Amino acid sequence: MSNKVIHAFYNDDDILMDAVKKVKSANHHIEEVFCPFPVHGLDKALGLAPTRLAITAFMYGVTGLGVAIWMTNYMMIQDWPQDIGGKPNFSWWLNMPAFVPIMFELTVFFAAHLMVITFYMRSRIWPFKKAENPDPRTTDDHFLMEIPVHNNEEELTSLLKETGAVEINVVEKH
Amino acid sequence: MYQFSGKLKTFSIALMIIGALGVGYSFFSAPKTVEDAKEILASQHDSHGSAVATHDSGAEETSAHEEGKKEAHAEGSSHSEADADAHAEHVLHQLQNRPWAATYVALFFSLGITLLVLAFYASQRVAQAGWSVVLFRVMEAITANLVPTSILMFVVVMLSATHFNHLFVWMADGTFDPSSPNYDAIVDGKKWWLNIPGWAIRSAVYLLGWNIYRYIIRKNSIAEDTANDGNKTYKKNYHASIIFLVFFMITESMMSWDWIMGLDPHWFSTLFGWYVLATLLVSALTVIAFVTIYLRAKGHLPFVNDSHIHDLAKFMFGFSVFWTYLWFAQFMLIWYADMSEETVYFIARFNDYKVPFLAMVVMNFVFPILLLVNSDFKSRPWFVVIGGLVILAGHYIDVFVMVMPATVGDQWFIGIPEISAMLLFFGIFIYAVFSSFAKASPLAKGNPFLHESEHFHYYNIEHQGEENQH
Repeated sequence: MSNKVIHAFYNDDDILMDAVKKVKSANHHIEEVFCPFPVHGLDKALGLAPTRLAITAFMYGVTGLGVAIWMTNYMMIQDWPQDIGGKPNFSWWLNMPAFVPIMFELTVFFAAHLMVITFYMRSRIWPFKKAENPDPRTTDDHFLMEIPVHNNEEELTSLLKETGAVEINVVEKH
Repeated sequence: MYQFSGKLKTFSIALMIIGALGVGYSFFSAPKTVEDAKEILASQHDSHGSAVATHDSGAEETSAHEEGKKEAHAEGSSHSEADADAHAEHVLHQLQNRPWAATYVALFFSLGITLLVLAFYASQRVAQAGWSVVLFRVMEAITANLVPTSILMFVVVMLSATHFNHLFVWMADGTFDPSSPNYDAIVDGKKWWLNIPGWAIRSAVYLLGWNIYRYIIRKNSIAEDTANDGNKTYKKNYHASIIFLVFFMITESMMSWDWIMGLDPHWFSTLFGWYVLATLLVSALTVIAFVTIYLRAKGHLPFVNDSHIHDLAKFMFGFSVFWTYLWFAQFMLIWYADMSEETVYFIARFNDYKVPFLAMVVMNFVFPILLLVNSDFKSRPWFVVIGGLVILAGHYIDVFVMVMPATVGDQWFIGIPEISAMLLFFGIFIYAVFSSFAKASPLAKGNPFLHESEHFHYYNIEHQGEENQH
């Protein structure tokens, strides 16, 4: 059997939200929804798990803070404790206020950049990546819901028609 | 309509009575003469333990402190006796200042929080904020505390100006008189600003201006409920709030110079007004959150949901960071350049107030950062209460560390004077706030953003503890 999916097109995000809820309540699995812009509440309606990006960012920030503390301590206190303008370099704590700007910036730097890279990796986007949108209209003014077909083409089509889809296509997926 | 329960009223009156008794006792028990001060000093050293007693090598008032002084001076015993007398007199002034300063800290904290609630409320009107309209009556009720605290502040201002206390050293006799032993050339150079009539008049203007706005906005906010005049009243309140915010920003800055920085007339800092603002603003947001959580738990604010709490907690979090930023910016610039006329301020605090000085950074920064960084935690009232208690205590300590070093020096302690002053103003706060909340509908009905506020929902959190209609 070939791998068929249904592509249902919508032209309004409110109609799309209602359709998602209807399809979910009819116990059909929604493979993917393509939107031209973020639709508030779509993730909740689809039942997607909340993102953990913020947690990774926190851990990256702590890492950056650690790097900054290690770096300032190694360079300014341990490796070559020069007297620079009378700043106390007998211990890291005594000179700590001077290191705070570095500590702050590195915390932010690590948290921001590593989180963004994590996001790229998790969402698999990079330069020269082949675009995956099934229909160019989904980047402009249409919403597309993709549902896998398991010998229930008729039933799905009629259900999707009811939800206000403006176009319904059954396509082979490779 | 909310009813100020008899239980709460009794509680607030009990707080006021206990507080007033404690404050009265602390004034009564403050030393009156140099001899009293010497006795207190001696008993302090006695209680410091037997280590001193083991080497009683001559001088009668032996103490680690005075011995250190003698060694440093390395001079004859007659001189050190005069030194001891001068020291005792100095300590006498500090001990006499303590009940005043303790009351002043609590009074300023209570007044400042209330003032910043008023300013935050005005900013919400000016920003046409859509989330906070359901909290307007809570904030208005809190600002009712402005009236009693302003009156008491005015009394303290008048008593200071008429030399009933020594809180402000520059008010001492002879400060501006070159022939006096008390003459202070540095303060004399600031006479154009630091003079008693100017100071008292400015204080009166601040207090009056704030209270006028509060009176107008409260009256018109209640009028807005039933106005039905095509938002005319609403617009009037909008414009009044803009004018107030301009007035507030100027007077807040000047108030912090006059009432706080004036305690150390040799020292100055340019961002001090902002710093005081940040301290009071975090505390004000915490107090709004507390009163909201309390009233909601009692069922008087059915339209307030977890998203409103979440937003308040976000503000608490954000302004905690803002406070830390200003605190550190002030500290680090002075520490880094280490110019003696600026550094003395922090030396006095770091030497004699090390524990509160460092503890407040933990309480006002590290703790709220770690507790309130999580979105889920911010929408749980009991988490916000825990975070808020630490924030409030931390900012009390902040004001304490601003005021005390200049007034009581190393004779500080958080004892009966400080705690009873806090209880007194807490009692006044509860009485003023909740009796005011009982006087108007708990929902500001005429506001065009009311509907938006009632349905406010921050997408990232799940509402609990209320019916979720969204």
